[in-house]
Amino acid sequence: MTLRVDFSLISSWVSPSARVLDLGCGHGTLLHRLATDKSCRIQGVEMDPESLLSAVSKGVPVMKMDIDKELDAFTDNSYDVVILSRTLQAVHRPASVLTHMLRIAPTAIVSMPNFGYWRNRLRLLSGRAPISKDLPYAWHDSPNIHFGSCKDLESLFAELGFTIAECVPLSATGRVSHLPTVTRNFSAGATVYRLTHRTP
Amino acid sequence: MASDPLNTVTADVQLFTKDHPLSFAKGGQLTEVTVRYETYGTLNENKTNAVFVCHALTGDAHAAGQRDGEKKPGWWDSLIGPGKPIDTDRFYVICPNLLGGCQGTTGPSSINPATGKSYGLGFPALDMRDFVSVHRGLVSHLGIDTLLATIGGSLGGMQVLQWALDAPQDMASAIIIAASSRLTAQNIAFSAVAREAIMRDDGFSGGQYVDEGTSPDTGLSIARMMAHITYTSEGALWDKFGRSPQNTDLSGDLGVDFAVESYLQYQGETFLDRFDALSYLYLSRVMDYFDPFAHDGACELLSDHPVPTLVCSFSSDWRFSSRQSKRIATRLERAGVPVTYQEIEAGVGHDSFLLEIPDYLELVGNFLDYRLEVAHDSSR
Repeated sequence: MTLRVDFSLISSWVSPSARVLDLGCGHGTLLHRLATDKSCRIQGVEMDPESLLSAVSKGVPVMKMDIDKELDAFTDNSYDVVILSRTLQAVHRPASVLTHMLRIAPTAIVSMPNFGYWRNRLRLLSGRAPISKDLPYAWHDSPNIHFGSCKDLESLFAELGFTIAECVPLSATGRVSHLPTVTRNFSAGATVYRLTHRTP
Repeated sequence: MASDPLNTVTADVQLFTKDHPLSFAKGGQLTEVTVRYETYGTLNENKTNAVFVCHALTGDAHAAGQRDGEKKPGWWDSLIGPGKPIDTDRFYVICPNLLGGCQGTTGPSSINPATGKSYGLGFPALDMRDFVSVHRGLVSHLGIDTLLATIGGSLGGMQVLQWALDAPQDMASAIIIAASSRLTAQNIAFSAVAREAIMRDDGFSGGQYVDEGTSPDTGLSIARMMAHITYTSEGALWDKFGRSPQNTDLSGDLGVDFAVESYLQYQGETFLDRFDALSYLYLSRVMDYFDPFAHDGACELLSDHPVPTLVCSFSSDWRFSSRQSKRIATRLERAGVPVTYQEIEAGVGHDSFLLEIPDYLELVGNFLDYRLEVAHDSSR
């Protein structure tokens, strides 16, 4: 299986031997790569039993936990990086989850589908809720409960006092977009951010 | 008898001597300890495939396989055997009866060689660390340096946890199922009633019933009946019995009338054939006091030598609930241990850990398979 492009990107942002927590780690593919290639000390969190079983087969440690309710369990600065990949739109309290992330580690890596992507806007104009590669569900059976654009997300980061250290827009096919970063709210299917606390 | 696919070996071994006695964590010594254990499968050449099984409160060394004349197979036959998660074609499985037990290993009803009488209440008070000391003695007797995994459910899981904290270098991984790192007040309350039932029985004779020729049968069976209720669930008992009468009609008198009453009575009676009242008192008391994370530095050794650990609970277990397993998982995670925690959906309560529940078997199987793969790779 080839690794998702955003996984390669995220992996390039993680230092060797870092302590990495992945919230909503799925099958543990990214964590497995970080442990194998970069000797990271990895820990995953996942609710889906099938995904958890598959992670366990790879030797990836995963705890069944509710990201919305149980992040208190992790102590301050106990990791170097916390990752939340394409999950923020599905949690109940995104602001609280983000705050926990930068409490648990000095760096957070977050990716989210962009509701402001031009095709989504077009589909809305046609009178239908967007369905795309990044937002593949019908409105009634979608796990996604928050629909925000890059702009929306970035203003939340600012509100929470986070600095965007890096930001990489991905195209609708999931590749690193070659379009200019400034047009991301229009051109990106999803965006990946590396976040730190705003230096006072 | 047909050839045994489990390659079962049952043996007794004398561990500890006058020169190297077993020193109990809370004081006291024994100069000889007999341990009854069973092994299944075959130890590989590099001795990297050993899985050590710790049993629960009323378990024994006979974990798997059914022998001629036995009504039921070993207590963990759902997990241990050819093709099962603890696959005896690939793993070498060790299961001893624990210290203080009554199924071949030295316990309070054993005869004290110094007096020729049973130890009775003179048997040293037990602590989870004492079980670990004896387990470690057995592993060293078997000539194994590192266990591929230690595994146990309920009190067995607590032994695994204590062992991982005390001597993490002994194991490449640990599996803790339906256990607790600190009993709740409700847990202790249940144990207290069970112990009262035993000790208030005249047959208890101050703990010297072996020498007196009496037996606290009523107390022990009531203790078991009550405990058994806590090992199941409301739904499981309802599904099994509902309100159906034991005989054709409910008679309305005070005898055994409902089917569930008869079932409990049977549980209490059959327990007398295989269990000892003093063992029940001593072993259940160990659980009440167990609180391994209570002191500072409890996780120091484990932090230096993190043992990948699987913690697993069952959704309907109210005796040792998922909250208690989560506490173990969280404490270990904070110590820097790679932790897998899963709550298995199961309706039958605490005893789920003994049953054939596909999601549960797959979880344990996947975890162990990966550990074996790693062991093979590193010995290549």
